[in-house]
Amino acid sequence: MSTLLVSLRIALRALMVNKMRSALTMLGIIIGVGAVIAMIAVGSGAKARIAEQIASMGSNMLIVLSGSSTSGGLRHGSGTVPTLTVEDAKAISNEIPGVKYVAPSLSGVAQVVFGNQNWSTIINGSTPEVLEIRDWPLASGRSFTQQDIDGATKVCLLGKTVADNLFGGIDPIGQIVRIKNVPFTVIGVLAPKGQSTWGQDQDDIIFVPLTTAQKRLFGMQFPGMVRVISVQAREPEVMKSVENQITDLLRQRHRIQPNQENDFSVRNLTEVLSSAEQSANVMSLLLGAIASISLIVGGIGIMNIMLVSVTERTREIGIRIAVGAKGRDILLQFLIESLVLSLIGGIVGIGMGVVGTLILSSLTQWPTLFSIEAILLAFLFSGSVGVFFGFYPARKASLLNPIEALRYE
Amino acid sequence: MEPFIEVKDLVKIYRLGEVEVQALRGVTLSIEKGDFVAIMGASGSGKSTFMNILGFLDQATSGQYLLEGIDGRDLSRDELAEIRNQKIGFVFQGFNLLARTSAMENVELPLIYARVSTSRRKEMARKALAEVGLEGREGHHPSQLSGGEQQRVAIARALVNQPSILLADEPTGNLDSKTSTEIMVVFQRLNRDLGITIIMVTHEPDIASFARRKILFKDGKVVDDSLSGGRIQSL
Repeated sequence: MSTLLVSLRIALRALMVNKMRSALTMLGIIIGVGAVIAMIAVGSGAKARIAEQIASMGSNMLIVLSGSSTSGGLRHGSGTVPTLTVEDAKAISNEIPGVKYVAPSLSGVAQVVFGNQNWSTIINGSTPEVLEIRDWPLASGRSFTQQDIDGATKVCLLGKTVADNLFGGIDPIGQIVRIKNVPFTVIGVLAPKGQSTWGQDQDDIIFVPLTTAQKRLFGMQFPGMVRVISVQAREPEVMKSVENQITDLLRQRHRIQPNQENDFSVRNLTEVLSSAEQSANVMSLLLGAIASISLIVGGIGIMNIMLVSVTERTREIGIRIAVGAKGRDILLQFLIESLVLSLIGGIVGIGMGVVGTLILSSLTQWPTLFSIEAILLAFLFSGSVGVFFGFYPARKASLLNPIEALRYE
Repeated sequence: MEPFIEVKDLVKIYRLGEVEVQALRGVTLSIEKGDFVAIMGASGSGKSTFMNILGFLDQATSGQYLLEGIDGRDLSRDELAEIRNQKIGFVFQGFNLLARTSAMENVELPLIYARVSTSRRKEMARKALAEVGLEGREGHHPSQLSGGEQQRVAIARALVNQPSILLADEPTGNLDSKTSTEIMVVFQRLNRDLGITIIMVTHEPDIASFARRKILFKDGKVVDDSLSGGRIQSL
């Protein structure tokens, strides 16, 4: 123990003798560690944002859109022609075992009025399951129930943005809003969910019972018409098979001939996001790899300086060996010296990396995320760079011939 | 009783590329405990090689060298380092002190490698510095000391481990004659009062006259071995 302390003191003194050189050598490690910290922070920030979006959208979610039909050679986009019905949704729920929740919905944009305030927003007529699928809790009040669906009651749930815009500071629960001039009682306010992947405000929405939307707000070209059916699979593994089963089931129900195109489409949104997540992973791996290269270059700088130092101090090493220093004493002395260089560089580099990242993220609004693991890893990595690149010079020093070393000028 | 230092048929051959250099060509001698020996000879006579072997810094090609019965031939680098640390004190021509390091810390150096505790180390180093007349100079760095004082720090460093022998290679080579005499007086006192065995290489007859025994080397062999009684210098 005291040997280590002595070696540490010798090392610190040797580093203090050449302050400028030590500082420049450390700079290589500082830049390397700083870059690793910053790049990992940027990479994990991006990953965290994507993970957040996946969670906010609802996991294992499939969306069945009605329509693309052709009228007189002109093809309309998905959902333009209503082809799905509540019965389709029930069939999916009853006949496909991998399905957990199904929520048919019919939505549209409408003007909403409360007192002298008004706001244009999306009105989504659906069933209570829609909130389960999207993992969307209420901030206050209650959700609508099967009775509300059966009775087509005029109740609604407000998204955070709508509640803020219409009510300001007032508690919306129990108040009456008018949607397309139909009075609705507000029974609940949803918890805020933030922006979706594509930057849309998810809180700018009102949920009403599906039946009420069908009968009072948007009308129906045929009974039970819906535009979208949201489906949540039980687990990620069955997503693909559920998707195929839904396609088969709906083709059968819609009596589509084998050579005809679907009059609906099934979208797997989780898939889109998980590929985004994968590319974020690849990105952070690349960034980390590039930053690691600069850390290794810093390590080579340490090795270079330690080799110079060993040559410069050949005579000192000779004296030490002559008076009884063993190989490991000399090895330890120089190893500690390079370790001190790299660890101080590592600590300063962590500081620089954190400050640099904070500046970067405040300038560019990129999401960044620090993790103790990443910082610890960078610190340990810089330490092992010190040991790895310091070993060769230290070993060279420990193997010097004392007679030649003492004669060295 | 076996002799303190026993050397038999010592041969050392250096290989410099293709050329073989015979530095020692069969040296046989013994040295008693408590003696003060001067080894003389022209450069290239093999005296430095002989000293390096005596100091366990180098190994002979053949022949035997025993220090208090210890044979260094089959020992590893680290075992040799331990013997140097415990049994031998070196004094060099160029002082060989660590720069930017105080006199005290220079003297402590052998004790560090002997794993002596810090407090005991300070005490022993202070005592060794006092022995060579450098009380109060403990905190000075080599650059703040004269040549004679630097050499005395080196002697204190050689003494601090209470070695069996003190090996001095041209200890006065870098000093003027007055300072050289001072150093020799220190050697004589250490030899007489503390009973330390001293073996000193020098090419100056003047300096050699301080020793009790003179051994002359020529072409890797001992050519003369005489007792002189040791010059008394009054300062």
